[in-house]
Amino acid sequence: MARKLNIAVTGLNAIDSPGPGIPVIRALKDSKEFDVRIIGLSYETLEPGIYMHDLVDKTYQIPLPSSGQEFLIQRLAYINEQEDLDVLIPNFDAELFSFIKIEDYLKSSMGIHMFLPTFEQYEQRHKVNLNEFGDKHGIKVPKSKMIFSTAEINGLMDEFSYPMVIKGKFYEAAVAYNYEQAATHFNKISAKWGLPIIVQEFVYGTEVNVTAIGDGKGTTIGAVPMRKLYITDKGKAWAGITLDDDTLISLTTNMIASSKWRGGLELEFMKTKDDEYYLMEINPRFPAWVYLAVGAGQNHPEALVKMALGEDVKPYSSYEIGKLFIRYAYDMIVDLKEFEQISTQGEL
Amino acid sequence: MKIKKNIAISESGFIFNPAVGDSYSTNPIGAEIIKMLKESKSIPEINSYILNTYQVDATTFEKDLYDFVKMLEKYKLTDSDGKEA
Repeated sequence: MARKLNIAVTGLNAIDSPGPGIPVIRALKDSKEFDVRIIGLSYETLEPGIYMHDLVDKTYQIPLPSSGQEFLIQRLAYINEQEDLDVLIPNFDAELFSFIKIEDYLKSSMGIHMFLPTFEQYEQRHKVNLNEFGDKHGIKVPKSKMIFSTAEINGLMDEFSYPMVIKGKFYEAAVAYNYEQAATHFNKISAKWGLPIIVQEFVYGTEVNVTAIGDGKGTTIGAVPMRKLYITDKGKAWAGITLDDDTLISLTTNMIASSKWRGGLELEFMKTKDDEYYLMEINPRFPAWVYLAVGAGQNHPEALVKMALGEDVKPYSSYEIGKLFIRYAYDMIVDLKEFEQISTQGEL
Repeated sequence: MKIKKNIAISESGFIFNPAVGDSYSTNPIGAEIIKMLKESKSIPEINSYILNTYQVDATTFEKDLYDFVKMLEKYKLTDSDGKEA
């Protein structure tokens, strides 16, 4: 008999640059072990997941991370009174800091379980610390440097050459082929995501990614590598395929073993024509394509829920190679009443 | 010349390289040639089989086979040594 669980999930923005919430929910709904009631947590009223009632049973707006942890705790206390939450799965990079800080409190005072990276892991894998992280765990990382002003760009020419990659601290990256482009990307990305900006050496190759989950003790519970087959203008995968790549799997398991990574993560690599792998980024949560892992035989969100509840999980030993995902766009028809309700009452 | 062990080819001529996720389509003759390469048949053996089985002149086929094999190498579907088995 499937266990009844109330699980809160963020990242309901199933848009062109999608959050992982909807695929995580689909994974949990697929679980044979759970009978889940899904509580969506949203930041904006037009996040499509709010209106996807076949997947999300009820949605509550929560305060933006910039509002501070006090407001977040107050809101979660209210939601927990209504819904008696068992597990909460945050899916945005920008909110993780707050949730990591209140993880113990939510468990001890409200009985809400999470399974997040530690604060040290969260900080170490940060784009600004990635070179150090690579050195520590024996993974090649393209040379990168933080800058705080466009005036610093020309001063980097001893260490960098064009093209170079200009990256935001949370999201977005663009390739610059000259100073003017670098300065434009700097201004555009910093206006959106703040400072610092990361300047990174450009590595030519094919982008290959891994979605994985670690148990916090050094064991990889699951790992599935994927190559993007179709990439949107925002650099997001619109289609992808699982790969038979032992090097990617061993890079992932070694990294999880040495860092004792706790929770879901995505590793983004560039594979050069000489078959060298450069770690471009570590996302400290599941990627939006995590449902491909479920399709290939590894239900990572299900494993995460079990570990959040303190249960031991047996590592997955295989996955199906050559499994594809193809994303699609879909127009939902929504009554104004629903939009009004989430806009005015903050719940739907 | 050997096709990499992990390369999959279906009856319809669909080729899949699971290491990089690339896929290709070939016609029935191409599929037959790849199948023979997988069975470790040599280039002269393949040449002679095709010339004995199909109506094609030797010069044309020799050139086509050379082009086809170079294409397989370019797409990294062959073992890296790229030499005769």
